[in-house]
Amino acid sequence: MNVGRLRGLIWKESVQILRDPSALAIAFVLPLFLLLLFGYGVSLNAEHVPVGVIADHPNPQTEPFIATLRHSRYFDVHALPSLPAARAAMARREISGFVWLPGDFARQTLATGPAAIGVALNGVDANTARLVEGYLTQSWQIWLAQMQQEQASAAAFPVGLQTRIWFNPALRSRDYLVPGLIAVIMTLIGALLTALVVAREWERGTMEALMASPVTMAEILLGKLLPYFVLGMGGMVLSVVLAVTLFAVPLQGSLWVLTGASALFLLVALGMGLLISSLARNQFVAGQIAIVVTFLPAFILSGFIFDIRSMPAPIQFITHILPARYFVSILQTVFLAGNVWPVILPDAAALAGMAAFFLGITLWRSHKRLD
Amino acid sequence: MARLLALIRKEFLALLRDKASRMVLVGPPLIQLLVFSYAATFDLANIPFVVINEDPGFAGRQVVARFAGAPAFRLVASLPSTEGMAALIDARTALLAIHVDRDFTRNLLTHRPAPLQIVIDGRNSNTAAVALSYASNIVLDYDAEWAAMHGGTRAAATLDVRAWYNPNLLSRWFVVPGIVGLLTFVVTILVSGLSVVRERESGTFDQLLVTPYRPWEILLGKAVPGLVIGAGEATLIAVVAVFWFGVPLLGSLLALALGLLLFLVSAIGIGLMISSLAATQQQGLLGAFLFLVPAIILSGFATPIANMPEAVQYVTYLNPMRYLMVILRGTFLEGDGVADLLGQYWPLALLGAASMTAAARLARRRSE
Repeated sequence: MNVGRLRGLIWKESVQILRDPSALAIAFVLPLFLLLLFGYGVSLNAEHVPVGVIADHPNPQTEPFIATLRHSRYFDVHALPSLPAARAAMARREISGFVWLPGDFARQTLATGPAAIGVALNGVDANTARLVEGYLTQSWQIWLAQMQQEQASAAAFPVGLQTRIWFNPALRSRDYLVPGLIAVIMTLIGALLTALVVAREWERGTMEALMASPVTMAEILLGKLLPYFVLGMGGMVLSVVLAVTLFAVPLQGSLWVLTGASALFLLVALGMGLLISSLARNQFVAGQIAIVVTFLPAFILSGFIFDIRSMPAPIQFITHILPARYFVSILQTVFLAGNVWPVILPDAAALAGMAAFFLGITLWRSHKRLD
Repeated sequence: MARLLALIRKEFLALLRDKASRMVLVGPPLIQLLVFSYAATFDLANIPFVVINEDPGFAGRQVVARFAGAPAFRLVASLPSTEGMAALIDARTALLAIHVDRDFTRNLLTHRPAPLQIVIDGRNSNTAAVALSYASNIVLDYDAEWAAMHGGTRAAATLDVRAWYNPNLLSRWFVVPGIVGLLTFVVTILVSGLSVVRERESGTFDQLLVTPYRPWEILLGKAVPGLVIGAGEATLIAVVAVFWFGVPLLGSLLALALGLLLFLVSAIGIGLMISSLAATQQQGLLGAFLFLVPAIILSGFATPIANMPEAVQYVTYLNPMRYLMVILRGTFLEGDGVADLLGQYWPLALLGAASMTAAARLARRRSE
């Protein structure tokens, strides 16, 4: 390893980055684009869900119940005249569900009890349907509690649930999606950037020129790694600043932990990119592989949106070999919970091991040979 | 006609000539279908929870047994007091903690409110919301049973909830038809997005232009392989969805085929537009990617369009994936026929016509 030669290589690579706007675009425009897209476009919080209400005989008994629904910010109540009209509106996808108060509702609530409130939900989107069911149950409990207060009778719910939600009391889906998204973006920057650079040298024939020079393979790889590391950390800083300022995601943990974990993860992503590109030697194939093996798994299997603990065992096993999984876990913890060492240390160790593995195997696979 | 067939044959050969390209078309989509269909679910299983039961009475034990016996929950630890609970939740060993008060049974027996405290990890807000709704159902069941056994007021009205089209609210029924569209979309855009630019990069596009072929014939030649491969892939994935994952296909096959055809035409049109605009394959690839990601995110595939800000919702009207998602879920789960989906067909046809025309004009202009 010769410092002078290495400096020369790094200089060459940096000039290439600055000359070619596409690398800068991937490092800075892509994070901006993806953060805005996800931050504004992706939400799991259902509000103003269109819900139909049919009261067969509107009267003073049904009115308070409908009013409770109207007051909830989760519902957008449409009064419908009859059950067939509700079915038709449901089939046309104009409403996501309806509540039916049958003709004997008033009589049943006042006398023999309990009256049955019919609820039909469009279950196609199962997750939204389950959330809507939860909101309806809440409204129903509020209505019952109000009724009991007026009639001064005993509580209908002997066991009341008192919930305390830690780390994200308002359950804003953005607060957990944005930190996870940073991992997806970093995967993309790290792997896509480096997947193309070594392949490009091969494709253009400049790799042969490099090999004819006295630099060693380790120096070539390090010369590729360091400038893109700096670029990737720049993209990271941009993402974190946007997450905290624009999307108001709380950052509970320390900035140092975040920086350290990001540096480790970036090394893994760059290592994967370098490995892909030294195996593929073709920009098109390298780009394809980088997207398929890094981006899509980071999106679906990392715990970024879908909960890993609920996946079948073989899939959970696969997630363990994905670096994004560990980074998503660190990011969600550092942003929302703070410096929880029992989470951060094992994840960081896994990342460090993977970085060593990918960089080591790249170095081992790369020889000064032209075949 | 014969010369058109020859052109189409040539396009197929160009696409399927080398082994790597053939693999890229078939292998990854199938693997992704299997992995994503199993992984992409919002349903929860194995929710780890800790119990802090300070109640010496029987009611506390009954409630805890309800949770421990529920298939979605898994008891990981019992603690004598709240000490140590925070560490378990912080470390993600447990998603939630159930705390039963010392007076729980006594309060219940004397008809006083008996609160059951639940502390839950909200780092993943959706997981927390779903787990809480499971917990709330368990407690409501217990309430109803307690009222029946020990007297007390019964609720004046009960909710009788039915989910249409997906009675057990299985996420998989929602996700798998979406994946049919997702994978078809990705393959079609990649095939058509690189078709023109590949020839342009190797210089053979100019040769094609000086042949007697008319521009629309050349474009048709480029479009047909994407259409055939896209349709084949969609059929394959739909068959796997029905026979492997057991997703019902209730609607008319004709409605599904018509929807897929219209979608493929508009997707290929957009792919050819990208391809005609790009100067190099790398630009084509980047362009395809920059179109694919937002088109997937803003399609309603994973998160509902209704949750997006209003301005973003208007943008989604330009996205062919948006209509395909409705068609797929409509035909698979809701039993829709052609008549139910007319509102989705005409925007797709419009998008297809517009993008194909634009692609034809762009392809010609670039080579002048």
